[in-house]
Parts: sequence; structure tokens; C-alpha cells
Amino acid sequence: MMTSHENEKEKMDTTVKPSSLADVAQSKSIKTPGTRAMGTGLETRGVHAWFGKHHALSNISLDFAAGTVTALIGPSGCGKSTFIRTINRMHEFIPGAAMAGEVLLDGKDVYAPGTDVTKIRLQIGMVFQKPNPFPSMTIGENVLSGLKLAQLKVENKDELLEESLERAGLWSEVKDRLSAHGGSLSGGQQQRLCIARALAVRPQVLLMDEPCSALDPGSTLRIEETIRHLSDTMTIIIVTHNMQQAARVSDYTAFFLSDGGPGQMIEVAPTSEIFSRPQDQRTENYVTGRFG
Amino acid sequence: MSVQEIIIPPAREITTEPRRSDKVFRGVVTTGGLSSLVLLGLIALFLGYRGFEVLRQEGIGFITHSDWSISTDDAGNVMDSHFGLAAMLVGTILASLIAVVIALPVSVFCALFLNFYAPGWLKKIMVTIIDMMAAFPSILFGIWGFLVLMPSVEYWAKLLHKYLGFIPIFKMQVPVFTRSPFVAGVVLAIMIIPIITSVSREIFSQAPLDRIQAAYALGATRWAMIKAVVIPHGRSGVIGGAMLGLGRAMGETVAVFTVLNIVFQINWQMLLGAGGNVASLIILKFGDASPYEIKALMAAGLILFLLTLVVNGLANFIVKTTGKSGR
Repeated sequence: MMTSHENEKEKMDTTVKPSSLADVAQSKSIKTPGTRAMGTGLETRGVHAWFGKHHALSNISLDFAAGTVTALIGPSGCGKSTFIRTINRMHEFIPGAAMAGEVLLDGKDVYAPGTDVTKIRLQIGMVFQKPNPFPSMTIGENVLSGLKLAQLKVENKDELLEESLERAGLWSEVKDRLSAHGGSLSGGQQQRLCIARALAVRPQVLLMDEPCSALDPGSTLRIEETIRHLSDTMTIIIVTHNMQQAARVSDYTAFFLSDGGPGQMIEVAPTSEIFSRPQDQRTENYVTGRFG
Repeated sequence: MSVQEIIIPPAREITTEPRRSDKVFRGVVTTGGLSSLVLLGLIALFLGYRGFEVLRQEGIGFITHSDWSISTDDAGNVMDSHFGLAAMLVGTILASLIAVVIALPVSVFCALFLNFYAPGWLKKIMVTIIDMMAAFPSILFGIWGFLVLMPSVEYWAKLLHKYLGFIPIFKMQVPVFTRSPFVAGVVLAIMIIPIITSVSREIFSQAPLDRIQAAYALGATRWAMIKAVVIPHGRSGVIGGAMLGLGRAMGETVAVFTVLNIVFQINWQMLLGAGGNVASLIILKFGDASPYEIKALMAAGLILFLLTLVVNGLANFIVKTTGKSGR
């Protein structure tokens, strides 16, 4: 006889390991993009990136419609992370970093001279690979830290705190210990705390750079649920090495590859098509696990 | 599965037998580590042993009274002696505190500038110069302080006295502005800025990149990021650096001797040209001291040694208890 524990495990298995990525990608309900999301979306036009003389990224043009989730997949070193860092101008912190092309948020170039880069980063939030809450701050302070850092004024802080944690799917777990330190949470909770922190400044785009790669499968599922919920109201771009994850959470998938030279985008399509009918042989090789 | 009674065995003793090479290395390292402690202990013992007679004779008065006199007959026998360090201790603490109060903000800003604002080439040059300054002979600071700094500090001291004279420490009865604890404090500040800057720069540069990026990604300006991430991370390290600086300031001899009048009267008025410092007292008296007076100087050394220990212990305690560490 199966114990209840085993039963549960089997249930998990069916969600985590489906028979085919294409099935997973297609099983999602088709959503109409942009229904409630802020802004008109994000576009990149011919983006190149360099680190010193090293040409890291070549000619990336991608559209991100408001209210969609786009997954960027591809082997390590193909420029996915570099690409999303050019979007919120985190790229320029690396000495010697340069870029060409345009990143348009609601039609406005974020690299236009005279642009206040801190305002850009408020509109385009980011979640990093490793959970990075501020250890000297409490859970509550962490969530609201963006307001302090960007010197924003808010009418009702408690409301914003609850709303942000609720949207990140963490409220019920931490509501009784908001004054505990951020470091007291588990890794998965810390990552959701970082998501809540990013949401509190109300960005219209959220960049996620392998947000689950340091987390256990349970936490990963929680964060994927969060991403699905968030995509109703915002545009999400997620870099992932986990193709299951791309299939589960994204509406569109872009495949990046470097053939030794700069990283290029090979193909972008609705996620179900990338996993069922990829146009390019290299995409097919990658999504079927033949390399990478 | 049947329920079995589990017999809990006693915990085993876990032993490791290190290899011989490991044992040898451990011995070398232990010797190195303990030798500093042993040397320090021996110095304290030596000072205590040589100064014991004077300490016993003067009792608590040695640190509460302020006079330093000895009279001997023609044969060199001590007729009468009074030794009291109070003025020197006050002078030591006053000048060192002035030094740290001036040096700490300058150093922290300097370290932040070097880490987060200076272009690479300038950073390299400045780091080299600052590290060289830390190794600069202190007599040169003293001479420079005496010849160059004193005239201009006098001007600032007069300003302080004129506008802030109602605060007790800036008050003075006799307008003697040269060779004051304030001048000594400024010279000491310049001497300890390189130390505090080096330590602060090192700790600031270790601020974790992922948190710095997190702050920037939330729309922080550079200064907001520094306040939220770098300073909480470096706080205890900066205080540690300030303690190193304070220790050097309290023990400084020659530079202080050059720019400070030694007067055996307790003086908290930092602008007044009177004060002293235990170490410069020792250098002043050591040359022509009688054997008995030398014992008194040894005792003074012991007191300075203990004062340094107490101040460092206190600072450690403060760092630990007020900790809301950013690590």
C-alpha cells in the first residue's frame, strides 16, 4: 500500500517531470497579453554589448509585450544575463562595459542622454540569481528598502508592505515576524522577499536572472506560481537554465547561443512552438537536450 | 516492523592523530602566535617590576595627583619626591580624542572616495601615497606640525575660541594658543588618517557585490547605496581602524613632544597651551633622570600600557553591544 507521503511525491513528480516540454508549454491557458499590465511594453533594437574588447552580445532585437512572460534560454556564456543587464542599465557597472543599439521602454530610449538612470531602474526591477536581502534590515524594512533608497514617498506604508509581500506569495509566512531579520528566512523565502522588495517600488517590468537556480524544487514551484500571478500586471523577462521552467512559466521563449563569438539570438517564438516546432536545428538540438 | 528497544550507546570519543608535518607546522605557528603575547606580558612585567616601588609609595595618587618633583642631596640620595600623572593622562586622552574626532570622518570619506568615486589611475596613486604616509617617521610630522601647522592652527583655534568659547572645552582664561592639545590633536590626526583610511578602504572594498547591485537595481543613487550597504557592512571594521588610530595617538611620543607644552596641571581646555602626554613625559625626563625617577617613569609606562588596554577593551565592548551588523 502507498503511504500518503508517497502519493504526494508522485503528484509532485507529475508536475515537475512531464512527459514532454511541448505538452507543458501547451497545457497553459492562453492569455491575452497586456490586459491589466502597466505601460506598452519593452523593445530592444539591435543591442550589442562589449566588455572591453570582448564582443559579448550581437544584434539582439526583441519585443516584450506588456503583461507577458518571456524566457531567455541557452547554454552558459551565450549572453542572456548580459542582455537583461543592458535592459535596466546594470551592464554599465562593469568597468569597460559598452553597448550599442536601443532599449525602448514605452517607446522611450533608456540610454537617451539626460535620462535619470535611477528612474529607469525603478520602472525596470530586477531579481538576482542569489537571494540578496539586506542583512542589517528587518523583513519589513527590506521590502520597503527601495522607497528609502530611491527617496520615494508613500501614503500608506503598511498597505504597500502587505500588498508587496502578498504579491510575492510570502505574506502568510512572515506576517507575524516582520521585524525579524531578513537572514532568518530560508533561501526560497529570501528570494520571495527579494521579489517583494522589487515589487514595492511598482516597476512595470521585472527582470529575473536565474531566480531559482539556488533554490530547492519546492521553493522553485512557489516562485513559478508567483511569476504566473505577477504576469497579469507586469512584463516579466526571466533568464533560466531550466527548460522545464521556461515551458511552465513563459508565454514566449527566446533561444540564445554563442558559436565562440558574441552571443546571438537564434530564435524567438511562443513557448509552445519553441518546444514543439522549433524553426532552427540548433534550437531543436538544445531543447531536446542534445547539447548545452 | 516490530518495535524494538533501541539501546543508546555511550558517545564515542572522536580523536584525530595529525601527521608529523602537521604537528611541526602547528608548533611553528603556535610559537609565532604565542610569542607576541609572551613579549607583551614580559614588557608589562618588566614595567611593573621596575615601577613597583614608586607605585607603592604614591598609591592611587600616582594617577590622581598632578606633580612631578624630586629632590636629591649631593650624594644622589632621594630627599623628597612627588609623582602624579593625572595631567599627563588627561592630556593623553584629550589629544587622542581630538585626533580621532578629526581623523575619523576624513578617513571614512577618503576611503569611500577611493572605492566608489575615484578613477582607477587616481586610486592607485592615492593608495600608494597614503600607505607611505602610514610609514612616515613621526618626528617629521612633529617638525612639520611645529613649523607649518602651528601658525595656521592658531588662527583656527582663535576662531573656535571666539565663536564657541561658551562651550567649556573651547574656553580659556589665558590667551596662549600655541603648543596646545588642539595643535597636538591635529598633528596626531594627520598621523592616524592613513591608518584609519587603509583599514576602512579595505573593509569597504569587501562590501558584497550582490547587495550593491540589489541596491542599484532598486533605483538607489550611489550615496543611497553606500548608506544602505557599504556603511552597515563596514561599520565595525571602521571602528576597529579608529581604535588602531587611537592606540597610535595615545602612544605617540616624539610628534607630541614637539608641539605640546608639558605642564603638570590638569587641563581640559583644548585650546590652551598646556597639557602633556604620558609618552612625551617619559622622553622629556628620561635623559637626565635619577635611578629613582626612572622607576617612576617605568610606572608611568605601565599606566599608559594599561590605559591603552582599557580603551581598546571598551571600544571592543561598544562595537559588540551596539552591533546591528551589516554582514
